[in-house]
Amino acid sequence: MLKKFFPNKILSLNNNFFTVLAVVMIFIIIIGLINALIISPPDAVQGNSVRIMYVHVPSSFIALACFGFIGIASISTLIFKIKIFPLMAKSIAPVGLVFCLVSIVTGSLWGKPTWGIFWAWDARLTSMLILLFFYIAYISIWKFVENYEKANKISSLVGVIGSLNLPVIKYSVDWWNTLHQPSSITLTSAPAIHYTMLIPLAIMLIGLIIYSLMIFLMKYKTEIIKFKLSKKNKGK
Amino acid sequence: MISRKVKSRIFVTILFLVLVLVLILFFFRSLEENIVYFLSPTEINNKESISFNKTIRIGGLVKKNSIIKKNNSINFIITDLNNEIIVSYSGSIPNLFSEEKGVVAEGKLQDKKYFIAEKILAKHDENYMPPEVIKALKESEY
Repeated sequence: MLKKFFPNKILSLNNNFFTVLAVVMIFIIIIGLINALIISPPDAVQGNSVRIMYVHVPSSFIALACFGFIGIASISTLIFKIKIFPLMAKSIAPVGLVFCLVSIVTGSLWGKPTWGIFWAWDARLTSMLILLFFYIAYISIWKFVENYEKANKISSLVGVIGSLNLPVIKYSVDWWNTLHQPSSITLTSAPAIHYTMLIPLAIMLIGLIIYSLMIFLMKYKTEIIKFKLSKKNKGK
Repeated sequence: MISRKVKSRIFVTILFLVLVLVLILFFFRSLEENIVYFLSPTEINNKESISFNKTIRIGGLVKKNSIIKKNNSINFIITDLNNEIIVSYSGSIPNLFSEEKGVVAEGKLQDKKYFIAEKILAKHDENYMPPEVIKALKESEY
């Protein structure tokens, strides 16, 4: 499995591959959006504003998953010093940042018609904002620290500390009184979302995951080329 | 096998993680009051020192048949099924505000059982269902 992410395999991915991936992604997202915006029913309590969920929930999930990946890659970098992990983490960070931002923006747009306000300093929203700052910090370190080894070390530390925030985000709604509602989909019990709403949610999630994967692979490929070039230049 | 160098790095990383975790724990302990977005009527009831001049938030369910509307003002009871607080408010209320649904009120306590709100927020639960399903569920109850 890991072998597929080895630099040479990634370098062999050409434009055809990305075009196919993009077409599949657009197809799935269009089907997902048709389901989410037209076919799926309005919510009994919230009415049509529930449709924001079909973007909000997948975005939050991807934002958390990407930082989870950064956390694992950072620990591996600190301990085993495997060269491809920092490149992978570096490539996935912008994807996570964008979806974290989308999650927060759609969340406030959803908050206004349901709760009555755009923003509340409750545990879920605040910890999500902290995640956004961790993304910004992680990316800035790679951008502004010029020495590669130094940037690698500092960003890994930020990645590890930031990933400690992930369980806080996940369980904030259970640990404290929050304005944000508890999770509808859990591992232990049946989902609290009716299946007519669960299907578009699943399609949107798959579509956006493929989108993330595509952007990640493109960026990862660029990072590998950059890394190889810098190595070559050093050799001279 | 794992070399000594890697072993020492694992040790340092774990030490670092434990240190950060302890720091975060202290951080949350000291912020406990601020992290909680609202207090339930029971928590208000059990609290020994309450500052009546401070703006706080209380939350729970709107008790059934407790909403009394008069002109622009509204009175209702927030309950957590153990304790209750009477809330008085005038102003606009969110669409989702209704009986037996979650609510958060921001304002000042007059005493442990009476609260004057400056802002009302609706808290919705994690259940999502189309209207027809709710209707069918309600019909099957009778």
